[in-house]
Amino acid sequence: MHLKFQPEDERFRQECRAFLRENLPEELARRARRGYHPLREDIQTWMRILNKRGWSVPNWPQEYGGPGWSPVQRFIFEEEMRAACAPVVNLLGTELVAPVIYTFGSAEQKAEHLPAIRNGDVLWCQGFSEPGAGSDLASLRTRAERNGNEYVVNGQKTWTTEGHNADMMITLVRTDSTVKPQAGISVLLIDMQSPGITVRPIYTIDEGRSVNEVFLDNVKVPADNLVGEEGKGWSYAKFLLTNERTASAEVPHTKHDILQLEEIARQEYKDGKPLAEDPVFARKLGQLKIDTLALEYAVLRVLTDDSSSSAAVASVIKTRGAELRQRAADLTLEALGDYGLAAAPDPEGVHNLRSGRAPTGLPEYGLGASARAMYRRATTIYGGSNEIQRTIIAKTILQL
Amino acid sequence: MDFQLTQEQEALQDSVKRFCQREYSFDDRRAIIDSPIEQLSAHWQTFAELGWLGAGLSEEAGGFGGGPVENALILEQFGKALVVEPFTPHLVALQLLSTLAPTEQASLIEAMIDGSRRVVMAHFEHVSRGNCATIETVADFRDDQFYLSGHKTLVQGAAHADTFLVSARDGDGISLFLIDANTANIEREVYHSLDNHLVADLRFDNVAVDPRNLVGARGEALQAIELAVDYGIVYLCAEALGAMEAALLMTRDYLKTRQQFGTTLNNFQALQHRMADMLIETELSRSMLYQGLAALESTDAQTRKAGVSATKVQFSQSGIFVGAQSIQLHGGIGVTDECAVGHYYKRLFVIAQLYGNDDYHRDRFVGLI
Repeated sequence: MHLKFQPEDERFRQECRAFLRENLPEELARRARRGYHPLREDIQTWMRILNKRGWSVPNWPQEYGGPGWSPVQRFIFEEEMRAACAPVVNLLGTELVAPVIYTFGSAEQKAEHLPAIRNGDVLWCQGFSEPGAGSDLASLRTRAERNGNEYVVNGQKTWTTEGHNADMMITLVRTDSTVKPQAGISVLLIDMQSPGITVRPIYTIDEGRSVNEVFLDNVKVPADNLVGEEGKGWSYAKFLLTNERTASAEVPHTKHDILQLEEIARQEYKDGKPLAEDPVFARKLGQLKIDTLALEYAVLRVLTDDSSSSAAVASVIKTRGAELRQRAADLTLEALGDYGLAAAPDPEGVHNLRSGRAPTGLPEYGLGASARAMYRRATTIYGGSNEIQRTIIAKTILQL
Repeated sequence: MDFQLTQEQEALQDSVKRFCQREYSFDDRRAIIDSPIEQLSAHWQTFAELGWLGAGLSEEAGGFGGGPVENALILEQFGKALVVEPFTPHLVALQLLSTLAPTEQASLIEAMIDGSRRVVMAHFEHVSRGNCATIETVADFRDDQFYLSGHKTLVQGAAHADTFLVSARDGDGISLFLIDANTANIEREVYHSLDNHLVADLRFDNVAVDPRNLVGARGEALQAIELAVDYGIVYLCAEALGAMEAALLMTRDYLKTRQQFGTTLNNFQALQHRMADMLIETELSRSMLYQGLAALESTDAQTRKAGVSATKVQFSQSGIFVGAQSIQLHGGIGVTDECAVGHYYKRLFVIAQLYGNDDYHRDRFVGLI
């Protein structure tokens, strides 16, 4: 057993820090620090900088351009990226779509898509959920009918994160309605510029734009864009969603939230003293840090132990990870006092500007906090709601 | 990082598991806790013969070359079987002696490991509430002798100890004394704590102690006590983990057999989700135990204390949650003395408070104390 980071891990951390210090543009860090939905240009600029160093796709195997890092190194890199306020890159492409393509896709699909994802040239979105198929994903109704060398797709997708910024959509479609729901699903890679696609914003509770409705009306998709075999889509989707659950424990994000929160608590005052010195606040913050520490070790266990990295353990850390992201955001609002209640949509991003603009008294360190806290209500819903995770835990681990 | 056990560690784990299966069923345990308090449990000698009493002590210190991980492995199994023999108090005393006086006390350490001597720390008092620095027992030095007066409470393992490591205020510091349990003017009042462990209150009324019985430097024992208690906390948490896992699985099995409303209870989603929450807390606790064991390796006392306190907060909270919900899901049978689940709860409840509860350790973690 080695229960601590080893000296070579610490050397790697220093290497990451040095790289970020020298290569992360201040403008990008300034925007990322606020935690609004990232701009397409920022994602692409940053992906290209990372790709030049060979670091844009840490989770990929080396044969497809990954850096060959251990899971612990990837964790350290992520932690340092968050601490330096690097933009959160298009994880959908790098962490969810790419593994599906390099695991189940054809040689042509790999050659076409992987380099473009790696360099941030092509950004992806995910066409999974539908108005009638949320947690019960297998009931999806978007149809794809084979017609010669192409599929004709009709239906509607929803909750499509970053759909308005995406070039491609990995899409679950029903190719056979005569078999049981799970067996009739396939995966298609669809160009968002195809005729018949309409993308409409769904403004979220933070008054920002991140998710969309995507309408597919007789969209023609080349048959070559089918991933793997027809009817196997459900198993590919489960593979992808397991990756999503592990990724979304988001411990490096929460640790960064806590660092930001501590900074805020040193600058905000209560009863004439810095809030950080208020015992009640300090205890709440302490409890959050303790709970995050437990989760961090749970993630490190999953990362270093292949035997326990099952879908079920991923559900444990997904559930708690999502809850902690919410608690960190909520405590940040509490720390900001009155200004934690001010609506403050992204001044540089796409938003539904109902509230005009943020009050001038809101300090720069508080910008974005209220929007973040509102949007975080989604963390316990997306990627399989926490109730779905609990059912998975009960059925798979506990065999109830 | 690597969370895999070595082959030797797996062998140790297996041997403890086999012992518990063979010798420590719930009925075997009942016979032990029902026996008169004067009666010595025969298992201590078995622990010695199997090498467990020194398994977690380095060879330089007179042990068999393991470390805290070995002790945690033993205690996790003890937690599953609800072992009542005072293993953690033994480890805390060993830690104290090997920190403060490894050479001077080498033969005593050897005797503790072979089971012929039983030493426990008598430090905490009613006023302490988990804080190592808060004690009122005093050592008065006059005519070349120390005279100890004070009242140590809920001393774990004291019922059958032959020797106490007693702390006392000595000027501005705290000194530690090795005192024979039969010394004049010590009153030992033995009782059971909630979890059926034997504990004792010790009252010292002007007890004369020779300066040769001082352990370590005069007035400088506090840091070593804090260190030993930190080890003790992590060991109690390892034991709690075993108890939580056992209670969880026991409850799972019960839900699959208990019939109500024409079906077994495991088919109700409210109960499934409660079980999932219990599993989440248990898995996070296991993770936190590894964090706590890592913290013990730290040479910096502040880092160690923060990591150990975080561990105690986690276990104080999740242990009570898992224990209480295990009773809840059992229903009426869960609150009976004949059902093991209540005994898990009681042990988890006591562990949650021992050496400082979650409030104390959260404050220590954030530096408010």
